[in-house]
Amino acid sequence: MTTEHTDTTEHTDTAQKSGYKYIGKDRKRVEDPRLLVGRGGYIADLKLPGMLHAAILRSPVPHARIRSVDATEALKLPGVVAVLTGEDCKAKMNPCMNFGPATVAQYPLAVDKVRYVGEAVAAVVAESRYLAEDGVDLLEVDYEDLPPVTDPRAAMEPESALLHEEHGSNIGCERTFEFGDVNAAFAGADLVVEDTLHWGRSAGMPMETAGAVAQPGFNGVLEIYCNSLNFSYFSFLIAGALRVPSNKLTMKPVPAGGSFGSKLAAHKVPTLAGFLALRVGRPVSYVEDRIDHLVNSDHHGCDRFYEARMGFRADGTIVGLDIDVVDDYGAYMQFGVGHHGNAFSQVVGPYRFRDVRYRLRAVLTDKCQQGAYRGFGSEVHNWVLERLVDSGAARLGLAPEEIRRRNFIQPDQFPYTIPGGNVYDSGDYPAVLDKALSMIDLDRWRAEQKRLWAQEGRCIGIGLATTQERSVFSSTEFWFLVEKPVLPVTSSPESATVTIDPTGQFQLMLHCQSMWGNSPETVGATVLAEEFGIPPESVNVRYADSAHALPSTGPGGSRYTVMVAGAIRGASRKLRKKLIHIAAHTLEVAAEDLELVDARVQVKDAPETGLTLAELAGTAYFFALSLPEGMTSGLEESYTYDHPYTTLPAPDGSDFGVFYPIMGHACHIAVLEVDPDTGIPSFLDYVAVHDAGTIVNPKSLGGHVTGGATQGIGTTLYEELAYDEDGQFLSWTFRDYLIPTAGEVPPFRIGHVETPSPFTEYGVKGGGEGGRMVAPAAVSAAIDDALREYGMRVRQVPVKPSDIVAAVQAGTVRAEAG
Amino acid sequence: MTTSTAAKYGTARRTVTMHVNGRDVTREVSTRTTLADFLRDELDLVSVHLGCEHGECGCCNVLFDGHSVRSCLMLAVQGDGHAVETVESLSVDPTELHPIQESFAEEQGLQCGFCTPAMVLRTKEIIETGHEMTDAEVRHEISGILCRCTGYQNIVNAVQSAGAKLRGEAAADGAAGGRS
Repeated sequence: MTTEHTDTTEHTDTAQKSGYKYIGKDRKRVEDPRLLVGRGGYIADLKLPGMLHAAILRSPVPHARIRSVDATEALKLPGVVAVLTGEDCKAKMNPCMNFGPATVAQYPLAVDKVRYVGEAVAAVVAESRYLAEDGVDLLEVDYEDLPPVTDPRAAMEPESALLHEEHGSNIGCERTFEFGDVNAAFAGADLVVEDTLHWGRSAGMPMETAGAVAQPGFNGVLEIYCNSLNFSYFSFLIAGALRVPSNKLTMKPVPAGGSFGSKLAAHKVPTLAGFLALRVGRPVSYVEDRIDHLVNSDHHGCDRFYEARMGFRADGTIVGLDIDVVDDYGAYMQFGVGHHGNAFSQVVGPYRFRDVRYRLRAVLTDKCQQGAYRGFGSEVHNWVLERLVDSGAARLGLAPEEIRRRNFIQPDQFPYTIPGGNVYDSGDYPAVLDKALSMIDLDRWRAEQKRLWAQEGRCIGIGLATTQERSVFSSTEFWFLVEKPVLPVTSSPESATVTIDPTGQFQLMLHCQSMWGNSPETVGATVLAEEFGIPPESVNVRYADSAHALPSTGPGGSRYTVMVAGAIRGASRKLRKKLIHIAAHTLEVAAEDLELVDARVQVKDAPETGLTLAELAGTAYFFALSLPEGMTSGLEESYTYDHPYTTLPAPDGSDFGVFYPIMGHACHIAVLEVDPDTGIPSFLDYVAVHDAGTIVNPKSLGGHVTGGATQGIGTTLYEELAYDEDGQFLSWTFRDYLIPTAGEVPPFRIGHVETPSPFTEYGVKGGGEGGRMVAPAAVSAAIDDALREYGMRVRQVPVKPSDIVAAVQAGTVRAEAG
Repeated sequence: MTTSTAAKYGTARRTVTMHVNGRDVTREVSTRTTLADFLRDELDLVSVHLGCEHGECGCCNVLFDGHSVRSCLMLAVQGDGHAVETVESLSVDPTELHPIQESFAEEQGLQCGFCTPAMVLRTKEIIETGHEMTDAEVRHEISGILCRCTGYQNIVNAVQSAGAKLRGEAAADGAAGGRS
């Protein structure tokens, strides 16, 4: 069943005819009032008695042996308490958590060598951040320079200098996967398009950086407050690094001022804060400043070089995809190659072809490590796929919408198994395309484009692109791409605890730090409201620390809304059962004759007979002798919701199994004008239609779409964590790393289509990443289209004004010469 | 220690008196303390958020004698004798939001909330100019503050909605007989 409705950003009452009372309706967010009065409770707001502050000395060179660190002058400065280095780390801790090869070990402060500009070399702990930075200025480091390794392709050559001698090579992972028969598919193709593409390095870059405050307790327990997101999933790994028993480390959740992947783990920050606090025996705050974050975050985004081919039949049918990708991972591989697992979850996009080859080389270079950024690798794959589809369409004389329509997986083909084994749960891709086309007058824009070029020489372009939006990962994707996985885990659960207190008020406990800008509390309160018929605003939401948390994976990969809805519904069902049994016992009515409606348990055919939740709660807590025999006091239930649908990969690697089956979809159409003299693009219109299954809150989802699309525009046109060929970092400030302002992005017009998931509670799918996953393809296509007369072809992002002007000039020269 | 060395290591101190959110406060501060750190650390006005500390993100925006400044680029001593407003001047009670704050909640003009106090203050300043602004004008006026979450559209809506609300109230006050 597909429900369509339009949600422009101007008016948003889009309540569907679903029968839900709260789900699917625009509601104000319960998180907002405290944020609006400036009491978000962020990490930098936290002060503990006796708290010290840390500042970090960072490497000015890309690759060097550390001969010595001299802290004599720094330690003389009044207020400086300690200076710690990689030598101290090596002596007192184990390497950091690591999902990559064990031979690529990392500590929070560089041990023996520095491997990128900005790597942390020493930490100064002082009475204030000002004094800590004074101390950093007084440190003297003696470096022995080594050859910088900056080009990932050169890094693979045998004569290249090695980043990690123990690893023996700069190749972190090399695998080739083939599904179907790619050679046969290409041999039978009428057209093969080939392209060399580069996706440059960008990052989530939230307005708040990562930070942690660590406090050693008198009882031997180390407490670490931090804004990492899925801390309850990995706190035992930080404990292992710090040589603290896992039951003596408590990670305490602190709301985050944005993440977009960048705080998924952010493990170096809490690990370092914990290490420093243990050494000095006092609370230590380490909050990154913007330079710390730009140059040394855990989560720079993908940096990939592609040789890619796609085969077509003359009618536009796609027959195969052949990709050779070199991914510049930087100096460490903390998160393995999960980025490519994500790409594989939607390797054919929304299209029906069956033959795929994917050669992956993940390479170590003298740059900051790679991690998560909204899309986590699948956004790059989608850009490549859509670039190739557009190339094919242009060569075959088909409109962008037509080639997509001819290749879409059809609504009656779901659930659909793609090459590699992942399953797409549901979808109606033609409906999403139709909706997007209905919101924009494509014929008028195409006529206008011709007219403006002919009459005024103005360059208007229209770009249309689609994307899959995989959501709700299973943990198998962390390891199935690796030949010999170290830890083949299969759990990725989420938990919720629902308490009705003695007066009938609701408390909801979430078991991870999930507030980073999304709306976990609103989602949780909405689901509870739906289950019990209570006002969502009345629910109080709390977060468990790691000492109290039930199994949880945390947000990431657009999983949280789906997973927490499942967990809350499970806990709610247990509580409802208990309430009905208490009511049955009290009213002397059979349980099956009772129902829970609007915060009241009542007789089905005689609703005037019943008990309110407050009455039932009073009984549950204070009148044990009035309870049914064998029932214990209280009204609290927890539920751990495991992944709704996942299977094991085949042992021989011939099939990855089902690992990312909840599949959204989106279509964006961008209309822009490019000034060929300055190379500056400006938007004329932008339509974004998304299908994230059943929508919990249309306005919130719309916010994620516009925010994601804005980041996608940033990735395409502005943002770059740049290194020069000597390995020097070029993006130290927000004057270099350009985040779109309100002036650079269009008023987005949003449409929603809903194909509920058959596998999740309420049919919800994830919707956090799609905006950034499709905008780069749509904007790239629009730029090409605008400069068609000059032969423009976007082959790398960010595409800068200088790139556009160069292409225009080359095109003009070609035209004049021709 | 020379004066410059004293300033460098924070031992040079001066007494400042500032009119903050309607009240006079006097403190002795290190001369190198930024206005942002003074507001956050000395006065516990933690709505002043530091996103970049080099004047680009705008999250530390406060109103200084009624006009937007980046408090990370000013020193506390520069505030001596001046008036400063932070978002706490509108409302510190989540159950009693100021109409501007309420408009941001209604339009979901925020997600993580980190740039939000700066945006709310900037909105107050824009509205006080008294004239209705187009979408493009609002975008221009808020372009000095970076938001990484919303894509700005809902912020633009919130600014316009708050403006309409407050202009409406002003007009209603006028119609009701010139209450001042």
